[in-house]
Amino acid sequence: MKKSILTLAAFSVISLAFAQTPEERGLEIAKAAELADEGFGSSSVELKMVLKNKNGQTSERTMTTRTLELTEDGDKSLIAFGSPKDVKGTATLTYTHKVGSDDQWLYLPSIKRVKRISSNNKSGPFVGSEFAYEDLSSQEVEKYTYKFLEAKGNLLLVEQDPVDPKSGYTRRIVTYNKDKGYRIEKVEFYDRKNALLKTLTYSDYKLYKNKFWRAATFNMVNHQSNKETLLQFSDYDFGVALSEDDFSQVALQRAGR
Amino acid sequence: MNALKKAGNSVNTFAKKWAEFVIKFKWPVFLLTILLALGLASQGKMEFDGDYHVFFSESNPELEAFDALQEKYTKDDNIVIVLAPDNGEVFTRENLVAIEELTASAWNTPYSSRVDAVTNFQHTSADGDDLYVDDLSYESATKTDAEIKEIKAKALKEPLLLHRIINEKGSVTAINVTVRLPGVDSAAEIPEVTVATRKMVDEFKEKHPQFKVYTTGLVPLNTAFFEASQSDLALIGIMLLIVVVVTFLLTRNFFATLSTLVVVLFSIMSAVGFIGLTGIKLTPPSAVFPTMILTLAVADSIHILVTMLQKVRKDGMGKKEALVESMRLNFMPVFITSLTTVIGFLTMNFGDVPPFWHLGNITAFGMAMAFLYSTTTLPALMAIFPLWRKKVASKKEEKIGMYTKLGLFVTRQPARLAVISLVVIAGLTYLATLNVFNDEFVEYFDDSVQFRRDSDFINDNLTGFYNVEFSVGSGESGGINNPEYLQKLNAFEDWLNDQSEVVHVNAFSEVARRVNRSMHGDDQTYYRVPDNRQEAAQFLLLYELSLPFGLDLNNQINVDKSETRVTATLKNISSAEMIAFSARAEEWLRNNTKEPMHSIGVSPTMMFSKLGFRQADSMFNGNIIALILISLVLMLALRNFKLGLLSIIPNVTPVLVGFGIWALYKGQINTGMVIVFGMTLGIIVDDTVHFMSKFLRARRELGYDAKQAVIYAFETVGRALVTTTVVLLSGFAVLSTSSFALNSYMARITVIIITAALIIDFLLLPALLILSSRKDEAVEAIPNQLKPELKLNK
Repeated sequence: MKKSILTLAAFSVISLAFAQTPEERGLEIAKAAELADEGFGSSSVELKMVLKNKNGQTSERTMTTRTLELTEDGDKSLIAFGSPKDVKGTATLTYTHKVGSDDQWLYLPSIKRVKRISSNNKSGPFVGSEFAYEDLSSQEVEKYTYKFLEAKGNLLLVEQDPVDPKSGYTRRIVTYNKDKGYRIEKVEFYDRKNALLKTLTYSDYKLYKNKFWRAATFNMVNHQSNKETLLQFSDYDFGVALSEDDFSQVALQRAGR
Repeated sequence: MNALKKAGNSVNTFAKKWAEFVIKFKWPVFLLTILLALGLASQGKMEFDGDYHVFFSESNPELEAFDALQEKYTKDDNIVIVLAPDNGEVFTRENLVAIEELTASAWNTPYSSRVDAVTNFQHTSADGDDLYVDDLSYESATKTDAEIKEIKAKALKEPLLLHRIINEKGSVTAINVTVRLPGVDSAAEIPEVTVATRKMVDEFKEKHPQFKVYTTGLVPLNTAFFEASQSDLALIGIMLLIVVVVTFLLTRNFFATLSTLVVVLFSIMSAVGFIGLTGIKLTPPSAVFPTMILTLAVADSIHILVTMLQKVRKDGMGKKEALVESMRLNFMPVFITSLTTVIGFLTMNFGDVPPFWHLGNITAFGMAMAFLYSTTTLPALMAIFPLWRKKVASKKEEKIGMYTKLGLFVTRQPARLAVISLVVIAGLTYLATLNVFNDEFVEYFDDSVQFRRDSDFINDNLTGFYNVEFSVGSGESGGINNPEYLQKLNAFEDWLNDQSEVVHVNAFSEVARRVNRSMHGDDQTYYRVPDNRQEAAQFLLLYELSLPFGLDLNNQINVDKSETRVTATLKNISSAEMIAFSARAEEWLRNNTKEPMHSIGVSPTMMFSKLGFRQADSMFNGNIIALILISLVLMLALRNFKLGLLSIIPNVTPVLVGFGIWALYKGQINTGMVIVFGMTLGIIVDDTVHFMSKFLRARRELGYDAKQAVIYAFETVGRALVTTTVVLLSGFAVLSTSSFALNSYMARITVIIITAALIIDFLLLPALLILSSRKDEAVEAIPNQLKPELKLNK
């Protein structure tokens, strides 16, 4: 009897030594996802944002998003608002950084000026929606620490803890689909007191260029306020061949028109 | 008359048969009632609900308006933690570090959705085209003295902070924790938040002893309600003791006392079962039910026991014989008084305040059960227990003398007494109309309650607890950026700030001004609302993009940016002043703005301010119905229409006297006191019933004239009335020690009313009885020669 326990213990030690830790496995999955999406170059997409409150009252905004893939540092993106009318032409330009806080500029057509936003705040709601800016910005691997939780068939659940102390979250639980290029099916956000705050579900996935999965619908539900925000993307255009010049402050002003 | 007499006889026969049955089957009856009481008690479940929403019925218009506002923005409650450093200076490195720490741990409060403190205030500044939005003091430990000085200067200049988060001297600061309670089970959610908050504050105090910490807000208010319920429920302990002592003093018999105790405990157990079966959650007003039932139910037992023991001790009857006789004599009066009490309590259902429905229904059920147990368990137990014979009391001669003297006093000058009483009553009735409603919920709690003391400190040193909110619309989607709207909103903000009641105003126009200034390189001349709609909209977009988690504008701006929320924090003012203030603000909007901007003032404070009026309006019908029903019961019981009508005077006037005296004592009445008319009517009517029935018996059966009959009534029931009044007074005196004003004021005025009722029944009622019988035969009254005491014993 005693012997068998010892043997068991020995085996477990050995298996532990050889197996990956959950942290390593989680990081590996995140990297795999990043790799699977690598090489899209640049894209452009139109999107509609629908804000819904508890009583079902809605409010809409439309915008165009352009993204330029960069490998040595984070991606660059440009968002130009089409509606509501009062903010038409307003555009934001963001340089994501793998380490440190991002750079962000805003072009305001009413005063025809570019303003730089020096703020570490990426956790506030994006234009009154249930999305925080940090939910929408480029998901660089370096911005989180990882822990693999479990596999449910082809779905892999990974806990991600944000590195930024100013993040609004303690952790996110991300569900990757291993068979579909590690595309993300669902993200659950836990707030600072570690209570479930929001769930983001991706649906209507479409495969572009035989490699890049893009969801046409993002649905973010806030469980604490019962509000929700729907993002509806029209078709992605990967053929735009954008360059760094399209993501300059001059381009920002141009984007508004 | 004959038919009625027959009915009366049949009641007597029924009561006698009932008593004989109970005595014969004493064991089965006792066991069955035990089973009933235990059975009901096993269904019992006592849960407390402290949520202030319980005071409002679902159709309460103020609640509906406030809910509608919360639906538009955010539905939340708050906890205000106020810190007063001993050195009188919030802005030191050490203190700022501590505040940052507490702010960080406040984010861990269950259900928290935002935390506002002086340190995490989102300060906007500009440097050319660079816009900086950041915490006012982040990583305070690294700040230099000069930087801290600058932070202080910025904080004290900030309209959003001053008088809300920081006081003028910079010596007291607040951390406002907003929680979004799911509202699924407030009886569990509120304690959860409270426990977490208290733990956090305790840990903070231990680590940073240089601070005095005070807590207020809606969640602590709810907790105070919750704890008031529990402490008022605990008053039952003292009351039980009083019941035992009083019963023993009156009966001088151990087993009688024990039986009474069993009866009242069974009644309470049954009421607890009723609570469980109906799913009522206890609130401060309804948590006093055990004391109420105890107070009211003990009278039933005392009447039956005192008569029985008298029969044994004075008339030398056997135990069984005495018991049957006592039941025969008391069955009807006990039934009638129970019935009127039940009617009185049930009228609380006419009101608009659910906790009082609960109190009324629980007590009514308890009283109905008390009647049952008094007429079953009590005689059964007395039949089971042995009766120890003791020496006969010898003081009775004096007692009788006293009540006889009182009777003689009244019969000598009925007209004079009636006139004096009526003049006094009229004067007090006039005074009663001078009472004003006041439901300031902070003042529901007396100084023994921490919540009250903390709220008072915060009120005196930092900001107000009361507020009024307005949802000001623009009439179009995105219209809040319309310069015309912004200017009007700004004017409304200014107007509010000019009002003497206002401590602080939070309006979106302030945000618009601040952002506009930052967009123009922090040029102070641009500290005004933008004059171009696109500009305003784009500035707002930019500002919103730079706010952190939990500090967004969603609590101030609705989804499609067509309305904004204006919050005016007020100093402690009375309900009437509150209503007047809100009306003035509503009028200002009507006179100065276009229709979409018109709005009505809402808030929990406003809800409470109007609660008393609403309760009084809705109780009015209930009171009339109670009066009619109870007068009908009296007419039937007395079998006399004229006296039934006359009884309205001694039944109604005590309440008028009570409120008249109250006007001299406090002058302010709250929602809890609205119910006392129906409630006390059901109680004080007992005095009238007893007095009048003895009066009538003397007239009908003994052939006395009015004056003799009055003296007879004094001699036979005078002592009993004083006794039951003493029991009732002690019960309500116990309740009046409650720290919760809805209960303590109600109990205090009830004490006044019950005392007034006894005095009126001893002075005015006999005078009226004599005066109204004047025309009858004028037999020369020789009261001194009467020996009614002898006749009573036959």
